Amino acid sequence: MKKILIVLLCVCALLGGCVQKEQEETVTLTVAAAASLKNVMEEELIPLFVSENPTITIAGTYDSSGKLQAQIEGGLEADLFMSAATKQMNALVEEDYITQQDVTELLVNKIVLIVPKDSAYGLQTYEDIVKVSTVVLGDPESVPAGQYAKESLTNLGLWESLPQTSFATNVTEVLNQVAQGSADAGIVYATDAASMKDDVVVISEAPEGCLEKEVIYPAGVLKNTKYPQQAEAFMKFLQSDEARVIFEKYGFTVK
Amino acid sequence: MDYSPILISLKTACVSILITVVLGIMAAWMVYRAQNEKVQIVLDSLFTLPMILPPTVVGFFLLLVFGVKGPVGKFLLDFFGYKIAFQWPATVLAATVISFPLMYRNAKGAFDQVDRNLLDCARTLGMSETTILWKVLIANAIPGLVSGSILSFARGLGEFGATSMIAGNIAGKTRTLPVAVYTEVAAGNMDKAMVYVACIVFAAFVAVAILDYMSIRKERRWR
Repeated sequence: MKKILIVLLCVCALLGGCVQKEQEETVTLTVAAAASLKNVMEEELIPLFVSENPTITIAGTYDSSGKLQAQIEGGLEADLFMSAATKQMNALVEEDYITQQDVTELLVNKIVLIVPKDSAYGLQTYEDIVKVSTVVLGDPESVPAGQYAKESLTNLGLWESLPQTSFATNVTEVLNQVAQGSADAGIVYATDAASMKDDVVVISEAPEGCLEKEVIYPAGVLKNTKYPQQAEAFMKFLQSDEARVIFEKYGFTVK
Repeated sequence: MDYSPILISLKTACVSILITVVLGIMAAWMVYRAQNEKVQIVLDSLFTLPMILPPTVVGFFLLLVFGVKGPVGKFLLDFFGYKIAFQWPATVLAATVISFPLMYRNAKGAFDQVDRNLLDCARTLGMSETTILWKVLIANAIPGLVSGSILSFARGLGEFGATSMIAGNIAGKTRTLPVAVYTEVAAGNMDKAMVYVACIVFAAFVAVAILDYMSIRKERRWR
């Protein structure tokens, strides 16, 4: 028993030594990013960036933008913040966690009308949403995507003429209920639609001008970062052409 | 204030309880009469499953079978042009499946307590099996059957998980009381949710009170 313990302790000590050594050589950036960015970051952007910059590793932490904001205020030592809305970013700028000139409006997420893959309704335009028999939207009372859907449909004068409408309590539910064919059409973010290409078909983006504000994803380097140079490099990378191609593949529009 | 969820829930619970009582008694009878012990165990477990499984798992299976792409759902759509998902009958479907085990188990328990000699006696007098079910088995198991149906009714009234998956959340159509509570709380409208909650608590309380009243009365009768 004692022998095993000693061996274990030795192994631990060795491993600990290794980790410490590595930290001296490479820098780990912590990126706090909105949950909708998780797939594009983990699957493509981070591996690509790390392969180009072997001295930097990136640890992503993903949650709703509001929760990330609270975590940063609570002491999360993030180097970069990528928010799914300007509200949370502005709050952190006001509280002096981020300098205004370090904030970039990186991406735009569009809202789109989707139908199940084998839909028989033959919808052509965003306004055609009134032609189906059951629609599913995020509940405008509690789901941002639902608020955008309501705003766009109200401005197009279609809100009152919607067919029977089921309200989901989050946007993924909307996506799944359309994918299942339970509902004939729904409105989600373009990125959500892109994540389920096999089951849903995008009919159209919300027409220009029917939303007062675009759904903007700002990104910014935090003031307290220990590695401003490396963080800046990653920001540059996010705005590069190769990153743009990847973002677009996942349904984002690059600003 | 939208009162439609109350009506929808009542309507759903009333229709589903009728179906549940019939199916529950038939299932209990089937298991009661099964000769083979293994068959009995398998059927009993199967019929009890919806009560043990999380309602979302039941909803998952309902989607798999009755969803637009499921075998039954596809059949209904192709041959009758009827889509059950996201329509009111889907709330009945969910409530029935979820409350069925309560009815089944109570009926089975009530049947088991009936003296088997009574049945054999009836057989020697030449009663058919269906007559025995009605005149002997059900007649002697009434208290258990009633308590089973009250519990199933209350459970059907409170069904949420499977309902929201297969029936959605269409105001005035498939938005039942529990779904309405969830929607209002998600939107931060606690006072609206409170009204719906009060309705459910009241209905559940009345159901249990009726049960207690019946068992007390039954005891008195025995004395």
